[in-house]
Amino acid sequence: MDLQALRLSLLLAAATTAALLVVGLPLAAWLASTRWRFKVLVEAVVALPLVLPPTVLGFYLLVAMGPRSPLGHAWIAAFGKPLAFSFEGLLVASILYGLPFAVQPFAASLSSVDRRLVEASHSLGASPFRTFLRVNLPLAAPGVLAGCILAFAHALGEFGVVLMVGGNIAGETRTLSISIFDSVEQLDYASAGQTALFLLAVSFAVLVVTYSLRRRPVLG
Amino acid sequence: MTARLSFDLERCHTGGPTIRAALDEDLSPGRVLVLFGPSGSGKTTVMRCLAGLDRPDAGFIRFSGETWFDGAARTHVAPQRRGIGLLFQDHALFPHLSVEANVGYGLDRVPAPERRERVLEMARLLGIEELLPRRPGQLSGGQRQRVALARAIAPRPRLLLLDEPLSALDAPTREELRGELRALLHRIGVPSVVVTHDRIEALALGDRLAVLAEGSVRQVGAVDEVFSAPADVVVARVVGTENVAPVRIVGREGGLVRFEVGRAQLLAVDPGHLTGEAFACIRAEEVMLERAPDAVTSARNQLPGTVVAMSHEGPLVRVTLDCGFRLVALVTRLGAEQVGLTVGQPAVALVKAPAIRLVPRG
Repeated sequence: MDLQALRLSLLLAAATTAALLVVGLPLAAWLASTRWRFKVLVEAVVALPLVLPPTVLGFYLLVAMGPRSPLGHAWIAAFGKPLAFSFEGLLVASILYGLPFAVQPFAASLSSVDRRLVEASHSLGASPFRTFLRVNLPLAAPGVLAGCILAFAHALGEFGVVLMVGGNIAGETRTLSISIFDSVEQLDYASAGQTALFLLAVSFAVLVVTYSLRRRPVLG
Repeated sequence: MTARLSFDLERCHTGGPTIRAALDEDLSPGRVLVLFGPSGSGKTTVMRCLAGLDRPDAGFIRFSGETWFDGAARTHVAPQRRGIGLLFQDHALFPHLSVEANVGYGLDRVPAPERRERVLEMARLLGIEELLPRRPGQLSGGQRQRVALARAIAPRPRLLLLDEPLSALDAPTREELRGELRALLHRIGVPSVVVTHDRIEALALGDRLAVLAEGSVRQVGAVDEVFSAPADVVVARVVGTENVAPVRIVGREGGLVRFEVGRAQLLAVDPGHLTGEAFACIRAEEVMLERAPDAVTSARNQLPGTVVAMSHEGPLVRVTLDCGFRLVALVTRLGAEQVGLTVGQPAVALVKAPAIRLVPRG
């Protein structure tokens, strides 16, 4: 198995999960509590990666990151290297592509928190932010954990978007699934089989953990 | 410091009725105001608006010189800034926190040692010291109620709001806690608003009663006054045909309680742990009338008085007697004619001891 690719994939998955926690939690909290009429539009955008072919998202990201786009231009001006075909570009793509896997479980568990507990907290003088940290988040913890695990596992195995945005640069953008593709191309079925088995085992374990978290009754 | 609560608010629910409620009451030395009404009368809406959880569509809410809501000036004080204690119907305890953390939840701005001291003080006040390390899931209904109350009063609220405080409890626990709750509300001396649809709860807890029906406040007054003298037909229907009189317990004999009401002394079945002040409730249907005192009757209570009013209600006649207190009897028209009842003439009311319900006010 390509250990360099494994290390890169783990790093990418960890960074993606951390970023999704930071970006996804406020977004999920907003989705769970808002009564805005057009909230469904935001929900649809978040869910897009579930149905969109990875190449479509990858194509748009590639264009957006290219040196001729404002984003790509600003990135080169700030860091002196292009965003496309770099680990950072890969990370941005991975976060966007993983959004529904984190935000949907987050929002589902946050909206199942009893509204009266939130109101009780407010009546006891706690600000909405403190209420979120002390009431919503602990009570939604199993769902938040499940979302993190799903996002991590998904980022670990991502292929299409990675190939479009990151290409296949060893140590920079060659992740596990790209490495499998590589091995097969070179007819190295033994190596491909090892990596594939590893990803299969990880995915299976993740789903077992996620479903058992979902079954567990909320602390009472 | 005054604790004047005044509001005039309007709130409409989409597809539901419009609630319009106005009230102006001084709750200063720790008075308990009961908002009484059938379900759907809008009392929970009013309470949620007072707490700041819902916003009225128009009107104002003022408490103790502060404006909490003003529709015209677009003022809305957040629930966090109102200094209220809120007791939810189903208690809404935080299931993931210990009883101790629940009670101390509203004290986050207080230094830890003082917070701990205050939590212990509350626990002693409500007799829940041994429950402090437990989780709400391990408590009985009555225990949860005490914890919720401790949590609500720990931050020293200026106004306590209680939403159907006893309705989530089973009947024996409710009986037990009712008297205790009133004693507690008086001991802590915080102005309180209790929302309820339960007559006994209203009688047991309230000093003042506001009747909410058909989306507005129909009558406000002392609790027994409103119950025994409803202002209109709507209030009468809501509060029921009941005589409610303040009484004083004077003694006990053979499982019965002797109490004074007006000039008379009556006997009722002893509901237990009753002393001093109480309310006696007698349904108008349960009062029998005669012209002169009867030597032999199974009814324990004979009340001589004067007929002060008679009004016909279909086949029935509502007879109001002055027996030192106002007593309403509902008898058939035929019965009234046979006894020969007329306004200004004496009559005797007969009430069986089991027909009197005593509500403690101790």
